[in-house]
Amino acid sequence: MNTSYRYDYEVITGWITPGEKVLDLGCGDGSLLKHLMETRQVQGYGVENDPDNLVTSLANGINVIQMDLEKGLAGFEDGFFDHVIMSLSLQAIHNTQGILTEMLRVGREAVVSFPNFGYWRHRQSILNGRMPVSESLPHQWFNTPNVRFFTIADFDALCEINGIAVRERLAFDEGKLMVDEPNFLASVAVYRLGRHN
Amino acid sequence: MTHPQSVGIVTPQVARFTEPLSLRSGGTLPGFELVYETYGELNAARSNAVLVCHALSGSHHVAGLHADDPASVGWWDNLIGPGKPLDTRRFFVIGVNNLGGCYGSTGPRSINPATGRHWGADFPFITVEDWVAAQARLADHLGIERFAAVVGGSLGGMQAISWTLQYPDRIAHAVAVASAPKLTAQNIAFNEVARQAILTDPDFHGGHFYEHGVVPARGLKLARMLGHITYLSDDSMAEKFGRSYRHGKAVYSYDVEFEIESYLRYQGDKFASHFDANTYLLTTKALDYFDPAFEHGGNLAASLARSTADFLIMSFTTDWRFAPIRSREIVYALLHNRRNVSYAEIECAAGHDSFLLDDPHYHAVLRGYFDRIKL
Repeated sequence: MNTSYRYDYEVITGWITPGEKVLDLGCGDGSLLKHLMETRQVQGYGVENDPDNLVTSLANGINVIQMDLEKGLAGFEDGFFDHVIMSLSLQAIHNTQGILTEMLRVGREAVVSFPNFGYWRHRQSILNGRMPVSESLPHQWFNTPNVRFFTIADFDALCEINGIAVRERLAFDEGKLMVDEPNFLASVAVYRLGRHN
Repeated sequence: MTHPQSVGIVTPQVARFTEPLSLRSGGTLPGFELVYETYGELNAARSNAVLVCHALSGSHHVAGLHADDPASVGWWDNLIGPGKPLDTRRFFVIGVNNLGGCYGSTGPRSINPATGRHWGADFPFITVEDWVAAQARLADHLGIERFAAVVGGSLGGMQAISWTLQYPDRIAHAVAVASAPKLTAQNIAFNEVARQAILTDPDFHGGHFYEHGVVPARGLKLARMLGHITYLSDDSMAEKFGRSYRHGKAVYSYDVEFEIESYLRYQGDKFASHFDANTYLLTTKALDYFDPAFEHGGNLAASLARSTADFLIMSFTTDWRFAPIRSREIVYALLHNRRNVSYAEIECAAGHDSFLLDDPHYHAVLRGYFDRIKL
């Protein structure tokens, strides 16, 4: 997980109402939850499986629970959280559909952000014959923690197939909001998801 | 010579309580003594006290050394001291030998004032809740209204949990390591075999062996050997002992041939030479009885609704006696109650015994948690 993309934090914060119960999956160093506790007084819990991140999260003063997200969220109660967040971690999980289902089981809404593989610089890189390495995809192909490579258009299609309601979608290029052609112009997308009633 | 991060030479102290203590089993102790040690200084606000609760065979001697014995390092010395994860420059740490113990606190080996004889088997059944009630008396004695934290591993973790239920206003943080909300049938089964080993030892004399000048050493030894098997993991046993032959090959004898046999016999003998058989029986029963959810129809979340403390729950991946899933039950029950809770599942090969080791990740989590406790 990468915490340098603070602009998705601001979008996420804007979607959180003060006093909510929030679960942050792949909470990294805990900085997003800490931010939400300070600015939205949320009752927050982070989930993290990396030992070093866990220790940093503890030091940041958040509640953090060690768990492997590939195994789902068994143990968390249905509809317990107002928002379940996954910031820039979905691409690092094998069980994509499973975790999305779980997020919307335990949360009223899910908030997901991910790097857009369809970003024009990434496409250019592929056209030039090399796997993309960028601010939003900082690793080399041989050491990336990412296991799923998908675009905004791909994710929209997945939501459609799974009956997931896209309530809001914002896309950014290095912090700048991209309204037109986000699948081409945006490096990161942030979604607010719900269940179709 | 003591290590710079050691609390150094420590001296046990005794607190006497004359007010009778009503026990959960229905009995009453007319009065009692608790042996304890302290490390660090109680601050002016009396807000930095941390109680360390011991498990089955532990004692009040948690850290440092006794002056008369250079080998007497406290059982959790790697955790507690100046600059250690539970830093005695910041916290006032208390170790106490529980009621019914055999390291100086009132127990079966003590004299029953009503008879002038050793209590022996007449010592009343003691529960985790009784221990906590006695510990609360010690806190009163030391002028501690509220603990910054109560910490324990295994059975000690159960005491930390019980503190949050019995005295929710007197504990800010509970740290329960390698613990469980109650024992499983399998776990009770191990305790029962251990107890039968003691109860059927001819030297047990119905628990009044003191007067016969003997101890049920064989039973205690067997109980401890069985316990040790369950505290280690298959992997750690394989790594430590493997199938190594003492004589390099089979010699077809019932004497020690495999190194694991040597280890278990040594541990069993060592334990039987000093531990009290009645204390062992009482303590395993306390383990078996602990089940705060029982009064709530088995609903752990409902039983934990009383507690207001913040929690750190930890488990070890290879611990099958107090498996991670048991710790997760506690975490989910606390979540249900919207309590502040953190949980770490430590990769450590040493099984249940891991909680006594100084695995770097384990200690980093504890350090991180203790550091953020506000005094």
